Formats: sequence, C-alpha cells, structure tokens
Amino acid sequence: MDKLLLSSINTASRLIQDGTITSLDLTNACLSQIRKTKKFNAFISVTDELAKTQAERSQQRCRENNQSELEGITVALKDNFCTRGVKTTCASKMLENFVPPYNATVYQRLLDKGAILVGKTNMDQFAMGSGTVDSIYGPAKNPWNFKEDDDFYIAGGSSGGSAVAVATGTCFGALGSDTGGSTRNPASYCGLVGLKPTYGLVSRYGLIPLVNSMDVPGILTRNIDDCVQILNVIAGHDHNDSTTCPKPHRKIVLPPAKQMSIKNLKVGIPKEYCCEGISNEILDTWNEVANLLEDSGADIKEVSLPHTEYSIVCYSILNQCEVQSNMARYDGIEFGYRANENSSVEKLFTQTRSEGFNEVVRNRILAGNYFLLTRNYEKYFSKAMKVRRTIVNDFYKVWEEVQILLTPTTLTTAPLYSEFIKKTNRDQCAYQDYCTQSANMAGIPAVTIPIKLSRVGMPISLQLMGRNLSEPMLLAVAKFIEHAVQFPKYSLGNS
Amino acid sequence: MNITSPSVFKMLIKRKLFKKWQLLRCIKYCFVHTNKTKWQSVVGLEIHAQINSKSKLFSDASTDFAGYVNSNTSLFDAAIPGTLPVLNKQCVKAGVLTALALNCQINSISMFDRKHYFYSDLPAGYQITQQHLPLASSGHLEFQVFNPSIHKIPYSTKVRLKQLQLEQDSGRSLHAEDVSLVNLNRAGIPLMELVFEPDLKDGEEAAALVKELLIILKRLNTCSCKMEEGSLRVDANVSVNRVGEPIGTRTEIKNIGSIRGVASAVTYEIQRQIDTINAGGSVTNETRAWNAVHKTTVGMRDKEEKQDYRYMPEPNLPPLYVALNSLQRGCVNVEELKVTLPELPHQTRKHLMDKYGLTPVQAIILVNENDLLELFTSVKSKDTETDYCLVANIIINDFLSLVHKYEMELENVPFRGEHLGEIVELLQGRIINKNTAKLVIQEILNGSKEMPKSIIKEKNWTLMTNKELETLCNEVIEENSKIVKQYKAGKTKVFAALLGKIANKSNQRADMKKADSILKQLLKK
Repeated sequence: MDKLLLSSINTASRLIQDGTITSLDLTNACLSQIRKTKKFNAFISVTDELAKTQAERSQQRCRENNQSELEGITVALKDNFCTRGVKTTCASKMLENFVPPYNATVYQRLLDKGAILVGKTNMDQFAMGSGTVDSIYGPAKNPWNFKEDDDFYIAGGSSGGSAVAVATGTCFGALGSDTGGSTRNPASYCGLVGLKPTYGLVSRYGLIPLVNSMDVPGILTRNIDDCVQILNVIAGHDHNDSTTCPKPHRKIVLPPAKQMSIKNLKVGIPKEYCCEGISNEILDTWNEVANLLEDSGADIKEVSLPHTEYSIVCYSILNQCEVQSNMARYDGIEFGYRANENSSVEKLFTQTRSEGFNEVVRNRILAGNYFLLTRNYEKYFSKAMKVRRTIVNDFYKVWEEVQILLTPTTLTTAPLYSEFIKKTNRDQCAYQDYCTQSANMAGIPAVTIPIKLSRVGMPISLQLMGRNLSEPMLLAVAKFIEHAVQFPKYSLGNS
Repeated sequence: MNITSPSVFKMLIKRKLFKKWQLLRCIKYCFVHTNKTKWQSVVGLEIHAQINSKSKLFSDASTDFAGYVNSNTSLFDAAIPGTLPVLNKQCVKAGVLTALALNCQINSISMFDRKHYFYSDLPAGYQITQQHLPLASSGHLEFQVFNPSIHKIPYSTKVRLKQLQLEQDSGRSLHAEDVSLVNLNRAGIPLMELVFEPDLKDGEEAAALVKELLIILKRLNTCSCKMEEGSLRVDANVSVNRVGEPIGTRTEIKNIGSIRGVASAVTYEIQRQIDTINAGGSVTNETRAWNAVHKTTVGMRDKEEKQDYRYMPEPNLPPLYVALNSLQRGCVNVEELKVTLPELPHQTRKHLMDKYGLTPVQAIILVNENDLLELFTSVKSKDTETDYCLVANIIINDFLSLVHKYEMELENVPFRGEHLGEIVELLQGRIINKNTAKLVIQEILNGSKEMPKSIIKEKNWTLMTNKELETLCNEVIEENSKIVKQYKAGKTKVFAALLGKIANKSNQRADMKKADSILKQLLKK
C-alpha cells in the first residue's frame, strides 16, 4: 500500500476500476498516512469522517459501474478554498472558526468527478508569504532531508501544506493558490510538479482572495500526467467567476513521453533570470536542462525580459492595494472573529482587526491604504499598473521569438527554517518570488518540474512559461523533461 | 456652471464649452442681476434611482427588500469570503435606456470601481460603483418649470447630466437601545446614480427636474419611482453667492424623499445660507439632513473628518462592453434599445400642443399626472370638431377639483374617457352648460352607474329651449319690476342681478349666453 500511496492517479484508478482495492481502502490508507506524517504539519484540518462518507459513495458508484475520471482519488485543498461544512481558516485567527456555507467551484468539480477530500492544508496567513511559516498552526516542514531535531527545511509557500501533503503520499494531488509563486515555490522545494494555469482558465469562485487580478488555483502533483488529469477536471468557464474564459476547456491529452519530439521547439532563456543570489547548483541545473533540450533538437535562444527587475516592487504595491481592499470585509459583523468590544462599532472594527490579523497582514493593509489615498493614487497604484503593462509587453515581445521559456523556479533550494526566519516577510517574498511572480503579472501559465537533488539532498526544480492558454504545449514539454531527467522518488521510509 | 466674470465668460465661449442655451443662460444672469447685493443660488442634484429588476446588481438574490429580514441576501451580498460579483445584464439595459432618454453619450467601455469605507451595513467594506469610467456621461435634459403658486407662466430650462453610473445599494442598520441589527436585504440592490451639473437656480427648478425625471423613468419602466419607499432618493448641493462673486461654499442635503421635499429643502437651505452670511457668519462645507416635519435642514453629525474613499478598480469584473452599433460586440446593443424608447414627456407635451391645441400650462399639467393624461387621451370623439381645449379644461378645472374635494385617489376614480366624451359632446351641442357638466361629474364620482346622457335626461338637466327661456325671462321681468325700473333708468349694473335670478329660477338649466341676449331684447321693449 505504501508504494501505491506514491503512485500515479492512473495506477490508483486502474486498481479501483478493476476492484483490486476499493475507494474506501485507498482513503483509509491516505488517512493513516496523514496520521503517520503529522510531524510535517501539512494539514490544518483532516476531514476523516467526510472522506469516509465520500469514499463510501464512491464505492457505491463503482458498484453501479458509474465511475468518474477521478473516482476514489484522494485530494487535499489549501485552507483558503471554501468547503461547505468544513472550516476554512486561511491559517488565521480571523477565520479560525469560519465554516463556509458553500463550495468553491474547483472543489465542487473535483467532487463531481469522484475525488475524495482528505483535508485542508497549511499555509501562510491569508496566503501572504513564501514559506508556510506564518500560520497560526505553526510552520509546515519539508519532508526532504528531514531529521528529528529542532531545525528543518521549509516547505515553501504559501501553499506549503499542499506540497507536503502530496510529497508524503497523503493524497494524489492538492490545490494551492498562486498569486506570486505560491504554488510553484513549495512544489519546487518539495520535488513536485506545480502548475499555475493561465489566469481565467480555472475559476476563483470560492478561493479566498489575496490579489484578485493575479490569483489562480494551482495544482500540485507528483507527475505531469496527474496534473493534467486534475486540470482537465477543474478548468473551464464558471458563471460565478466573470473573469474566467468564456470558451469551453478542451481536454488536454498528452502522448507517452517516449513518442514526443521537441525538434525545432523554440526555447528562450531569459537573461534577467540569471540574477544576483542565484545558487550555483540551480544555475548548473538550468544549463544542463537547456543542453538536454538542445541535444533533443530544440532551438535554444537567449532572450530578454527587460522589466523583470521592476516586477517585485510593482507586485508589492498592487498586492498591498488589493489586500487592503479584500481584507476590508473582516470587520467582525457577518462572519469570522469578533473581538469582545461593545462600546462602539468603530471600536469593534478596530479591535477585531488588530486581534484577528497578524503583523504581516496588518502591515500590508496599512501600506495599501496609503498607496490608494487620492493624493497617492497616481504616484503608486497608477504607476504600478503601467509597470505591470510593460512587464506584460515584455512577454508579448518574447513570444515573437520563442514558444516557451525555461527558467529557474526559485533562486535556491529550500532554505533551513532557522535561516529563513531571519529575514522579514517582505524580504522572504521578494527573494523567493523573483522568478515566479512575472507570470502572475502577465497572467501566463507556468509549471515547475523537479529535476534532481542537490548535494545535500534537496530538490532542484526548473520552470517553464508559455503564452496564455498554452497549457497543452507547456505540459507536453514538461512531460518530456520529466521523462528525460527521472527525478528520484521520495521514499516514505524517509519519514 | 456659474458665470462670475466677463473674462471667464469669454474664455468659456472660446473653448466652446458653451452651447447656445448655456449662453442664453449666462446672458440672463449677467443682465438681469446687475444689482451687486442681489443673491444668486446654485443647485445641483445627485439622484439615486433603484433599478427595476428581479435580482440584484451582482447576485441572484431577489430585490424584494421588504421580505423577511436577511432572507433576500445571497452569500455575495453578505460579503462571504471567496464570493464574486456577476453583473446583471438587465440592469445594464435599464441604465442604457435611461441614459438614452437623457441624451447621454453611452460609453462603449465602462469600468467598475471599489469605493471603500467602513460601515456596519456595508459588508464588504466597499461599495462597487462606477467612479472613473461610468456607463454613460455628458447628457442633458430640458424641462418645464411651473408652480402655479409661484410662476405666472411656465418656463423651460436645461440641465446637464455629468454621468450615469451603476452601483450597489448598502444594507440597513437598525439601532435599538443596547443592540444594533443589520438587515442585508437591500444590500446589492441595483442603483443608477445620476449626477447632474449644478445648473439649477432654486428649489422649484430642482423639484421640476425631479418631477420630469420621475415621468421619464416611469415611462421607461427602469425605476418604480416610489419615493415614499426610498426607490428614488435625492441629494442636493446648494450654494449661494452675490452676483459677480465666485460660487459660495456648498452644503449637501442628503436623502430627500419627496418632490415637494426637494423644493422646500432647497428653498430653506438657500435662505438659511443667505441669512447666515448676512448675519456675518459663513457657510461650512457639510452634509445636512432635511427634516420634513419641522421643514428645516440640520447638520448631520460628521462621521469622521474628510473621508478618502481610496477608489480602486474592481478586479473581479472585466470591463463592461456595450455595443454602440450592430458591428460592435457587447453585453447589450444600444441601437436595439434605442428603438424601444417610449414617447418622452417633452414629446408628449409638444404633441398635446401641436395636435390638440392645448396651452403649455394644460400640457404640463396633463403630462405631470399620468392618470389625467390617460383620461385625456381616452376621449374618443366621433367627429373631428371636439374642442380639446375644453376637454383639458374640464379635466383640470372641474374634474380635478372635485376629486380633491372628495379626497379621492385619481387611480380609483370611476370616471373614464367615455363619460368625458359625452359631457364634451353635450357641452359643445349646447345641450348642457358648464355648471351642469360639473354636476354630472359629481354624480358619477358619487357612484352613479349611468352615462352622462342618461343622467341629464333622468334629472331633467338639459338646457331650456329658446321658448322656455323667453317665458322664464318674462316671468323674471314681471317679478322684479323694481330692478327692471332701475335698469331702464340707466343703472345697467343691475342687469347681472336679473341674470342671476334667471339662473336660479332655471335650476341652472338656462344657457346664460342666450339668456343674456333674450333678456336684453325683452328689456328694450
């Protein structure tokens, strides 16, 4: 069973289809694995009872020969996706006891296709972070190279819990959210495939927002085929999200890797991504894979995305402006935490918000409010929007030369917790999001693929980016690389 | 817009910012008010009209906000995290139709913005509105100003509409002694905000504008216009200045809930500001509330110092595309909507005057009260000789005064076009006189099921024949020899007294015009 837990969706599906195992067997195995891997702190809530009920229903469907694409496949959701009847906390005190009365579209679509929810995963508070260290439930821990002492490698974030959950075999796939790299970053640190789909391809309805104009639900899996399967289920227009593409999603079907050719594929290497602070091991890996692609017939070309360096500061302003706005609803009236303060409505607001939010959230709200003041609007928000446009234009230009971009996902492998927390949240994000964030600015799809292990045994990953809605090509190339590099499987014995 | 000095005036003409009517307007100001001490007032209105729609602007909850508390509240209306707005196309249609009726330029692309402020009945902490790029802008409306107790004759004036925007209403707070409660049934109800330029000069103009707007919105069916239910709310900006001096500090009167309220509140506020300045004080820029009971405006407790709403584009709604012609793509098509526009009040007034020969006053009164207009247009004449001025007169003078006298509701009155048609026919055929006509109307209002012709037959109210009238005149002459003597002695004034006797004696059945000539003839003998 342990081997099955780290297998692919296809393998598990086949076993369920042919009756070798039942949905309930698989669910129970996953729940038991969650208990065994508790020390990594991947989950905020484990939905034991719900999962078992769902598994029983799944078994019923199997008996009736009425299986769906993800029948009996276990999944986990980052704790910022609304799940009816299951508390959705955003790892914050503000929503510690918030039980949504509805399901996020992505969750509903997974359920409709037979998937089973095993739990809600750990994250940085309101997804503001890149380490899953700012959670009221404590940090998530990277299972790679884990030793039973005080220090550990961070899981990355903000969807760190989802990454750990998938890496440790507690489920076959998990959803994260990706606003500046929050899915790709932990996927990269934990040796997983992490997809940030094109903005508008996957519905945000029910995803508690960080930055509405950049958020997308992300997918974390152990391989590309699993990622494609989940994407096919959750992608497509949603009436409840006016920013989704109106066209129906055409299912992506990838051929076996052996049959693929990347001959004449134009691959761009953006020089700005070779930046200060990038580790030699990452740089070497980047070169190796570029060579590998070239050897396989691809045209490798150095390209330029000249405004990349402005992305961080621009993102920081837009992020904080939207954050102040999105956080305005947490006033203790309709839902969420309410301070024990009855002297006036204004005092209730103030007290609730200062007790319910952590310092990172409060700082961003304060800065966002400042940027949006009438007297500052042009100077900050407006200007940031213009810079965002130049970043988008960089990509438009580059697509005239190449079809796909190959870059690092992160500048280093996962840092140690003790090192990471020495920096402020702002610096953590600025450094860790450098390579991932422009894709969110431009809305384009990006996928991270694990390549190899570093000398100390931590996963090194690379990122592919393509033009809007180029997921079929992007994932095909990713699958080609995945097959070529044969990243070592995580061994459950390690835990 | 106010003209303060000739140089500004010239500059504006140069910039072609001024259309002809505005030019006339400022000439009026410049020449009429030459007296330095004379005050002038500047009034601008902002009107929130609830859009007639089954569901809310961004959610599928019902707009019936009188329902059980918080029952017509969707998750989005309560700002539950993760929910998103979905624009209601019907509201866009209503907005575009209204904008077309107000001669606006429809913007093919408009955007939604978030306006932030904390309030317990504003669940998201912001209102979604259209601040920077509204659905429509640069409109104008020409309308008639006429209040018989103030104006001798009606006059026409014009107001510019700065913009028309779609936005959400907020919820409602209820404050009890030790607890505050929130009802979100109204939260998210679709509103059109109409921002007019300060082109008005007093309360009567403001009231006339609101009245005209109500008629238009009712005809378009884009707003129920039930001001008493708050479906149309008026904010008025008021300032005063001495002629030739710059515009004064303005105050804003919030949430005026009736047409007469608009006139009274603005009139009161203008006088209050003049009195304040005359007494050596100054007007402060503040928000005031109209107290309809005490007929005063009072300063509202300023929630905080100056609010900065920290506007930001609403990221969850893509730009709103409206197709201006059949080649463009959009959520609604302007050309298709244009052909569905009903006749507008100014067209009706013109029609009434051109086709039926009514006076401007008659046309204004009929158009202002739709029930009267319907009564008027339902009079079907058998011949083309119908005197429509007479029809309008009977409606406005006789019928309406009886309705008021009996304190009846116009819509429930059992008096219809057929009745009125017969009465006019009888009047024009000199079979009855105006007095009888009024009696007939009275009978019908009192519940008579008979038609006017049967009523006068039954009651013997037809006018006397010439022969009957002559006999009657002779009788009156005989009975009043004293007066006759005075008359014949040259005291012609007493003639009226004799006519009065005839009228009385005839039981109002005498055609007084005829009686006049017969009596004169008889007295000559």
